[in-house]
Amino acid sequence: MIQVNDIGKSYGKVEALKGISFSVDKGEIFGIIGPDGAGKTTAFRILTTLLLADKGEAFVDKLDVKRDFKKIRKMIGYMPGHFSLYPDLSVEENLELFASVFGTTIQQNYHLIEDLYRHIEPFKTRRAEKLSGGMKQKLALCCALIHAPKVLFLDEPTTGVDPTSRKEFWQMLKKLKAQGITILVSTPYMDEATLCDRIALIKDGRFLSVQTPQETVNRFNENLYETSSTDMFRLLTDLRKNSEVKDCYTFGASHHLLLKNDSSLEALKKKMLALGHQDIVIRPTEVTIEDCFMKLTKE
Amino acid sequence: MADVICVNGLTKRFGDFVAVNNITFSVKEGEIFGFLGANGAGKTTAMRMLCGLSFPSEGTGTVAGFDIAKQSEKIKKHIGYMSQKFSLYEDLTVMENIQLYAGIYGVEKETMKRESTALLKKLDFENKKDTLVSSLPLGWKQKLAFSAAIFHHPKIVFLDEPTGGVDPATRRQFWEMIYETAANGITIFVTTHYMDEAEYCNRVSIMVDGKIEALNTPKNLKEQFHVDSMSKVFDQLARRAKRGE
Repeated sequence: MIQVNDIGKSYGKVEALKGISFSVDKGEIFGIIGPDGAGKTTAFRILTTLLLADKGEAFVDKLDVKRDFKKIRKMIGYMPGHFSLYPDLSVEENLELFASVFGTTIQQNYHLIEDLYRHIEPFKTRRAEKLSGGMKQKLALCCALIHAPKVLFLDEPTTGVDPTSRKEFWQMLKKLKAQGITILVSTPYMDEATLCDRIALIKDGRFLSVQTPQETVNRFNENLYETSSTDMFRLLTDLRKNSEVKDCYTFGASHHLLLKNDSSLEALKKKMLALGHQDIVIRPTEVTIEDCFMKLTKE
Repeated sequence: MADVICVNGLTKRFGDFVAVNNITFSVKEGEIFGFLGANGAGKTTAMRMLCGLSFPSEGTGTVAGFDIAKQSEKIKKHIGYMSQKFSLYEDLTVMENIQLYAGIYGVEKETMKRESTALLKKLDFENKKDTLVSSLPLGWKQKLAFSAAIFHHPKIVFLDEPTGGVDPATRRQFWEMIYETAANGITIFVTTHYMDEAEYCNRVSIMVDGKIEALNTPKNLKEQFHVDSMSKVFDQLARRAKRGE
């Protein structure tokens, strides 16, 4: 459904995208995962025909983003990272406007937005600018869906959204996928990666990997440990000073630890005990996408 | 240790809407205090009152030793504030930003000179001091913004989603700066949507529909809710929310 071959884009001296390639199948949820400034938005703007690439080519449903931009615009839905609805129109007016621009009506495709719209319907006469962040996000998705697009482009739809609302949002994406809509979505939240069919990890305009989340994790290919003691911050600095430790970083309630040689585990534990650490735990743990991202950016 | 924040029955109404509903809590000197809640739970409104930017409808409290209802100007001088959205002037250089912050907070010229040199050295920014902030990588901006926010040695610094959108490695470096700052006695009051960061706090409060529904160490909260992560604690509480955002 989407085919991208070596697209690149520079803004003056800054090379925002350094030649990325990937393809997205019909009905797939494809995630572009990476921090701010990595080039996610540039990629989205090129694929939604709002920006021309300096090099490479890209196709959406076999249509060329450069030549066939008019056709592409009719068949895609785009939710930009920044709120870009009309602030002085009401919820309902925004939705009607988007429907009429695409030559359709709210009624015609109501089945696509029903679940979402139910949440914001009580506020349908409220001006869009007066909505809370979560409500704006739901309205923006409704507006992107109202013409029943084949492909949905969602640029950081969950940034600044609390963890519980983020989970609800992803449940909605799964329902849209079930209706056959192809979804390209970007996020800075690594935990959302596992909800995608395939993911590209992006940093500094380059893809670090393009795989399923499981393959990405499998490629980590090293034993990862979690460790804790009663003084977590000192444990971090003490472990980093140890010559057996390849890497150690905070990871929520524990630190994640990589060793140069796994056989040194017991000796390391003893050394930490000797340094006065209490209740020290070092045990194997599962690799997450966040671990993979950090490893790939360090390589 | 002394309380840097101490509020009692703090309430804020906008017409019929009770944005913050009778919250009572205190934060100790040098503590890293996580202030969590779903979007729309009332965090921003509560924080604005603590920073002296908005007056409570009811309730009393002190921040950095000053009365939030009567001494808001004094509070502003004795706190630091940083948010991801706005903290530095992009079209000023690194040094100009430091000077501006120092000037606003009335830091003496000699002190400013001495401490800004030390700061640039500590951050390894010496050859960047005349660089426009707009051209710095995000991770650098963040370190600089945090350093500027605590340049005047406030008793407490408020961090409003300081790590949103930042890459995992930079996010961790930032938290190490937070630890270091707290160890030097500056109290940290931080909001975040990253639940792993909630685990780094000494204590965490979680707001639901304007009220503080939970307040304890991450360890105790996990025990209280019989779950193994702060993310699950948050889920259980946030799902109780009744009011729309």
